[in-house]
Amino acid sequence: MSQQFSLNVNGKDHTVEADPDTPLFYVLRDDLGFNNPHFGCGLGQCGACTVHIDGKPAHSCNRPISKVADKKIVTLAGLGTPEHPHPLQTAYVQEEVPQCAYCINGWIMIAAAFLRDNKKPTDEQIRTALTHIKCRCGTHMAILRAVKRAAQMMG
Amino acid sequence: MTRPETSAAFSRRALLKAGGALVVCIGTPLAFDPVRAADDATAVGARPPLTPDQLSSYLAVNADGTVSAYFGKMDMGQGLSVAIRQMVAEELDVPFKSVKIFIGDTATSVNQGGASGSTGVQEGGRQMRMAAAEARRVLVEMAADKLGLPANALTVTDGVVHGAADAGKKIGYAELIGGRYFNVYLAWNGKYGNPLYAPGKAQPKDPKDYTIVGQPIPRDDIAPKVFAQADFVTDVKVPGMVHGRMIRPRIAGAVPIAVDESSIKDIPSARVVWDQGFLGVVAAKEWDAIKAAKALKVTWSNAAPPFPDQATLYDHIRQAPARKRAVDGKQAGNVDDAFKSAARIIEAEYEWPFQSHARMGPGCALVDIKDGHVTCWTGTQKAHFVQTGLANILQVPQDTVHVIWTTGPGSYGRSDADDCAADAAVLAKAVGKPVRLQYMRDQGTAWDPKAPASIHRVRAALDAAGNVVAYDFLSKGFSRIDVDTNGSQPKDTLAGQTMGVALKSGDGFGVPGDSYGFANKRTAWETIAPLLDRASPLRSAHMRDPVGPQIHFASESFIDELAAALKVDPVEFRLRYVKEPRDIAVIKAAAEKAGWQSRPSPRNDQTGDKVSGRGIAYAQRGPTRVAVVAEVDVDRSTGKIWARKFSVAHDCGQIINPDGLHHAIENNVVQATSRTLWEEVKFDDKTVTSVDWRTYPILDMTEAPDEVDIVLIDHPEIAPSGAGEAASRPVPAAIANAVFDATGVRIRRAPLSPANVKSALS
Repeated sequence: MSQQFSLNVNGKDHTVEADPDTPLFYVLRDDLGFNNPHFGCGLGQCGACTVHIDGKPAHSCNRPISKVADKKIVTLAGLGTPEHPHPLQTAYVQEEVPQCAYCINGWIMIAAAFLRDNKKPTDEQIRTALTHIKCRCGTHMAILRAVKRAAQMMG
Repeated sequence: MTRPETSAAFSRRALLKAGGALVVCIGTPLAFDPVRAADDATAVGARPPLTPDQLSSYLAVNADGTVSAYFGKMDMGQGLSVAIRQMVAEELDVPFKSVKIFIGDTATSVNQGGASGSTGVQEGGRQMRMAAAEARRVLVEMAADKLGLPANALTVTDGVVHGAADAGKKIGYAELIGGRYFNVYLAWNGKYGNPLYAPGKAQPKDPKDYTIVGQPIPRDDIAPKVFAQADFVTDVKVPGMVHGRMIRPRIAGAVPIAVDESSIKDIPSARVVWDQGFLGVVAAKEWDAIKAAKALKVTWSNAAPPFPDQATLYDHIRQAPARKRAVDGKQAGNVDDAFKSAARIIEAEYEWPFQSHARMGPGCALVDIKDGHVTCWTGTQKAHFVQTGLANILQVPQDTVHVIWTTGPGSYGRSDADDCAADAAVLAKAVGKPVRLQYMRDQGTAWDPKAPASIHRVRAALDAAGNVVAYDFLSKGFSRIDVDTNGSQPKDTLAGQTMGVALKSGDGFGVPGDSYGFANKRTAWETIAPLLDRASPLRSAHMRDPVGPQIHFASESFIDELAAALKVDPVEFRLRYVKEPRDIAVIKAAAEKAGWQSRPSPRNDQTGDKVSGRGIAYAQRGPTRVAVVAEVDVDRSTGKIWARKFSVAHDCGQIINPDGLHHAIENNVVQATSRTLWEEVKFDDKTVTSVDWRTYPILDMTEAPDEVDIVLIDHPEIAPSGAGEAASRPVPAAIANAVFDATGVRIRRAPLSPANVKSALS
């Protein structure tokens, strides 16, 4: 049965009616119109649906809305804007990272949390932090360049 | 969401509403009216027919002087749209930024073949270049008439035609034709798709005069994606839309014989769509559609498990009768006779598994059928063929179907995108509402068309002096066109196959692309029947560089085997036999970039578990040539390979955009590394068991190379050729050759996964 849930997305409060088992992903996309998280696997394996929940990167595809009620959620659109970009967004544009770009939520949202908590990371630390995120187009080299560039900007 | 009008249409109307003069200029050398006037009410309708023989089908000058380019191929994220705009801007002599491009919309572009065979620049760009050159010629003729100067006394700067000697005499493109349409016929060759070619009378520029082509202009589609402002196909919504999900059998080939609709009666608005083997559900909410697809109780027919034990796959291929055999490519001499007199024969056999496109997201499409018109948003590579496909499956006239390509979750060939569009159309027709369908992950991996599995037998005859006197290469495998390269025919889509359309599995494979000048040379292929004749999760089709990675894994590993048998350095050995100068150049350039030291493989100077090696491979792909040196680390104890560094030399003729080209090559190399080291579709006797990223692993960030060094060889004088796939081709053999150099063990079965490598090393 549908219940009412409130959540804060990109700084704004929302109230939605949803079945408690509905993954956050579908609430964000279909009820609230935040298209940024993409459907990759629905299994928490690829990262394409990643958002920040209370500052921590999390898969939205397999997290029921009932577990995230009243939490602060940030999507890629909430990370930065063209006027006030996150350094990773700037670096992604400068390095022309994506091929299809469908995967970028995972890489950028996870890297953003990692760089916030790890100043001046080594290459190995970056690679380890980004393990298990999928990019099918093979843009790994450009991703690494962009994350290093963003790390310098944030360092 | 409604279809956005093109800026061209807006500006045309804006001009007309402003009462712009519609006097038509007729340049005297022209035998026809170059401009078709339009009035306010018929601004769009007055466009000449959207046919390949009309200049207006490719280009329009807008009222503000900007240019709209209408392109019938698609940019799958490799920067093609920037390259095409560069080519158009160059020939028209307008600033790059003034060219807008409209891609893959069947309402605004002709069928140039879609994304296909790395022909975006090679064929599609060639046509756009010729159209732009002709447009410039026509505009200069019109200006000559207006300015009272001969055309040959005029030149063009930034869209303004002016006297070459007297820059004060001038008129802009906008004033000449802005907001109206070209009415100029082109010499169309009568073909659609990749070979479509329709030049005008104009000759394109001399490359020495280029100022825009060749520049590293960045992509401008990236920022909207990075700031989450761009719509993917998965994001398109229309009013009244419902969500669909498909249901596939657990035993491939089984069909539903009973469907218990009461099993989903508690799920709001959920409905079943069932027609023979076609089974799907729709619901107003996406999560409800997913739940309904899981909950629906289905009784399936008692189908016999169709597949062999995977461990016997290559034996199956060896033993299966050849459905078709073709001797293909450049042949030389008499191979059979040459082998009879050989002093020594070297032979080997290589194996390559089924691979999945496994796109980042499974297929997605939205189909809206309303008032006799069908609109489809799809991430397909070939919008115009999907238009035909939907007309066929819905049995409606093609001109009532409008397909709008919208960027999707990656694309590397005949993926599940076309199946998804057809499935969505069947669902939409059945429920009378717009249906957005996205497959689930297991369907995207297990049920997409597969790159074919194959074996490759290669042998060479040597004379007493160790010269190669004969070469015999045979591939045998599943067809690359068991289902065709596009979904224009229902027989090639799951929707058609599940609803009983008569089948026709096509036969196609390929041969190595190289210029080894062996005196006696035979290259051939054989295809075998699919394991299941319809609606098979192992139906085979085109996947990036169709059959190229598998063929060249074999051919370029074998060349390395010959070099090793003769104790000759692998670069030196290739250079003994490679004939074409551009091939020689890429091999030398890659070796030089890598700092290649001449010596035979294997190294034989390393002890312990951690060893390293280097390997080279090269290939032609059409007119493009690529050579790759791979440097790898191998852990003998785990079988794990790290492809640490690649040095790539790439020659695709004239370079349009070195920046885009660099990215395309780099991404090819990384994806091909993933295919080489990890990718293998697993199956049991019932169905495919690779259903997600755990059961179909791909390259992880921790396994990405340290360096991909790229040498771009530019030939401005040679027509540009494809770069979307070519660099994928030599990567598998370059890695395998490096593993041999490191370990002394030749691995002839892909993927070079830890399990396969460990087994080969033990």
